[in-house]
Amino acid sequence: MERTTLDMWVGAFVVGGLVALLILAFKVGNLGGYDGSETYKVYGEFDNIGGLKIKAPVKSSGVVIGRVSAIQFDNTTFRAHVEMRLSKNYQFPKDTSAAILTSGLLGEQYIGLEAGGDEENLENGDKFKLTQSAIVLEQLIGQALFSKAADEGDNKSAVK
Amino acid sequence: MPHRKVGFGLSSIGHAVVNGVSRLGFASRFFLVTLVSSGASFRRIHLTIREIYFTGVMSLIIILVSGLFVGMVLGLQGYETLQKYGSESALGSLVALSLVRELGPVLAALLFASRAGSAITAEIGLMKATEQLSAMEMMAVDPISRVVAPRFWAGVISMPLLAAMFSAIGVFGGYLVGVVFIGVDEGSFWSQMQAAVDFRQDIVNGVIKSVVFGIAVTAIALFEGYDAPPTAEGVSHATTRTVVTSALVVLGLDFILTVFMFRGV
Amino acid sequence: MPAENLVEISDLNFTYGKRPILKGINMKIPRGKLVAIMGLSGCGKTTTLRLIGGAIKPTTGSVRVAGKEVGELDTEDLYKMRRKMGMLFQFGALFTDLSVYENVAFQMREHTDLPETVIRDLVMMKLHAVGLLGAHKLMPSELSGGMARRVALARAIALDPMLMMYDEPFAGLDPISLSVIGNLIRRLNDALGATSILVTHDIQESLKIVDYVYFMADGVVVAEGSAEDIKASKLPFVHQFVWGEIDGPVSFHYPSPPYRKDLLLEPQNSYAA
Repeated sequence: MERTTLDMWVGAFVVGGLVALLILAFKVGNLGGYDGSETYKVYGEFDNIGGLKIKAPVKSSGVVIGRVSAIQFDNTTFRAHVEMRLSKNYQFPKDTSAAILTSGLLGEQYIGLEAGGDEENLENGDKFKLTQSAIVLEQLIGQALFSKAADEGDNKSAVK
Repeated sequence: MPHRKVGFGLSSIGHAVVNGVSRLGFASRFFLVTLVSSGASFRRIHLTIREIYFTGVMSLIIILVSGLFVGMVLGLQGYETLQKYGSESALGSLVALSLVRELGPVLAALLFASRAGSAITAEIGLMKATEQLSAMEMMAVDPISRVVAPRFWAGVISMPLLAAMFSAIGVFGGYLVGVVFIGVDEGSFWSQMQAAVDFRQDIVNGVIKSVVFGIAVTAIALFEGYDAPPTAEGVSHATTRTVVTSALVVLGLDFILTVFMFRGV
Repeated sequence: MPAENLVEISDLNFTYGKRPILKGINMKIPRGKLVAIMGLSGCGKTTTLRLIGGAIKPTTGSVRVAGKEVGELDTEDLYKMRRKMGMLFQFGALFTDLSVYENVAFQMREHTDLPETVIRDLVMMKLHAVGLLGAHKLMPSELSGGMARRVALARAIALDPMLMMYDEPFAGLDPISLSVIGNLIRRLNDALGATSILVTHDIQESLKIVDYVYFMADGVVVAEGSAEDIKASKLPFVHQFVWGEIDGPVSFHYPSPPYRKDLLLEPQNSYAA
C-alpha cells in the first residue's frame, strides 16, 4: 500500500481513538462542568441525608449552581456534614436555607437552596444556618398513621 | 501394572510442568529483548505506523460492530431489570459503567487477540518457516528489532484506542435502544451517567486496563509466532494457542486489576 | 594480495543435543574459487554453511573466515562480518511484504545512508545482472520459483559481498531455470571477484560450474577434488552419487528384517491359540 494512504488511515485511526476517549471523558464521565470553573465551599449539617450522593447537584429554582463535594459524619453533633461547591457566578444571602429534595417521585436526591433576605452573602467556608433533612419514607408513613389515629380519637370524643 | 501407569502419568505431568516453566522463562527473555530492541520502532516510526494499520485499523470494523451490539444488548437487558424497580433512569449509568470499567477493555482485548493477535502469530510463524527471519539475520539485520518490536508497540498503542472506541460506540448503542427505541428519558440517561462515571476512577482505570491487556495480548501473539515450529501444522497450532492463552491471561489480569482498582468503591 | 584461503575449517565438530552432526571436518576454500559441498540430505552440508555464517557455534574445532574465528565474534563484529557475506536460501526466502525492488534495496536501506537515487541505480543494476529488470514492481507472491530465486540472488549480492553462500539453489527448478541459475552463480563469482560456496545435491549443474568439490556423508568429508577428479573417482560412494546408481554403499532398502520372514507370514497377533 502507498505510504501516504497508509499514514492517512493510521492517522485517522489514532484521531478516532482519541476522540472516543474525549467523548468518554466529557460526555459520559464528569470531567469538565464544575470541576473546571471557579467554585467556593459552603457547608450544611443535616439530621438525615437520605440517598444524597457525592456529585449530586445543588440547585436553586431548579437550576444547577453547584455540586456536593464531600459527605461526612460529625461525631460531636451526630449529624451529617455535607460540603458543597457552588459556582462563583452565583452569590447567596447568609440566611439561605438548604433542603434535601428528590427529583420526581423516586428519582435521585439533590440539594435545593432557597434564598434568604440577608444583605451579606455566603462566603467560602460558611455554613448554612437553616437546613432541612431528606424525607424518609418510614417516618412519613409513621406520621400519617399517627395523625390518622389522632383524628379518629378526636372524632370519637366529638361524637360522644 | 497399575503403578507403572501412574508413574508414567506423573512423569509426563512433571515433563509438562518443566516444559511450561522453561517456555515461560524463554518467553520472558524474549519480551525483555523486544523491549530493549525498541529503538528502531521509534526512530523509524514508519515501521510502527505500518503495523498500527495492520493491527489497529484492520480491527476497527469488528470492534465497532461488536461494541454497538454489546451496548444495545446492555440497553435492552438493563432496561428489563431496572424497570422492575422503577429505576429506568439509571440505565445510562448501568450501560456506561459496565462498558468503561469492564466490557470495553476486556471484550476489545479478546476481539483484538482473535483478529490481530492470531494474524501476528501466523505472519511471524510463516516468516520463520520460510527462512525470512534467518535471511534477515544473515543480512546483519536484527529480526527482533525490525519485525517484532514495531508490532509490539503497534499493539500497545492500538489497544486503548480500540477499547475507547468500543466503549463509546457501546454507550451510543445503549442510548439507541434505551432512549430512542424504548423511550427512557434522554435527560436522566445522560445526567445520571455523568454523575456515576468518574473520570479518574472509571475512565482512567479503564484505559490503564486496556494498555495492560494490549501489552499482554501482543506479547503473547509475538512469542507464539516466533516460537512456532516451522511447519504448517506448527503455525496453525501456534495461532490457536495465541487466542486461547490471550483470553485466559486477559480475564485473569482483569480480575487482579479490578480488585486493585475498584476495591472499596 | 596472496591467494590465501578465505574460509578455513579445521577439525570441526558439531553436536545438536545428543546427536553428532559434524564429526571432524576439514575444508579450505581459496579466495575467488567456487567450491561445492555435496552429499545426501542430512549429511551436515547446511549445518556447515550455518557455522560459516555464525548462526550456530561449533562444539569443538575452528571456523575461520578471512582470518577471524567466527564462533568467537561478538554480536557487533559478527554483524560486520555478515555484511560482507551474501546468502541465498533454499526457495529464496524473499520478504513477502516487500516488493522485488524493496527486497533488493533492503540491505542498502538498512546498512547504508545512500540517497534514493543511488539506491535506485544499484537496485536496477543488480536486477539487470540477474535478468529481472522489468520485474521490480512485482510482489514475491507473483513470481515463479525460478524468478524468486533470481531476485533472492540479486538481494544477496546487493552489497557486493566477498563470500557468497548458496543453500540448495537448484532445488525444484525447471531445466531452463537450472541452467540460468548455474550460469549466474559462476558469472557473478568471477565478476564480483568473490568466493562462493555451493551446497547442493544436484550433480549435473554443479559439476559444470565449480572449481572444487567436497563430498560429505554422515558428518565427515569422504572425498574431495576438482570436478574432473570427482567424475573419474572410483570411490564407491562418490561413483554411486555422481552416476545416480540405485544401489551401492547407499543401499536401496531401508533397514528391516529379511523379507522371507515377512513372506512366511509369521502371525503378528496370536489369533490361533
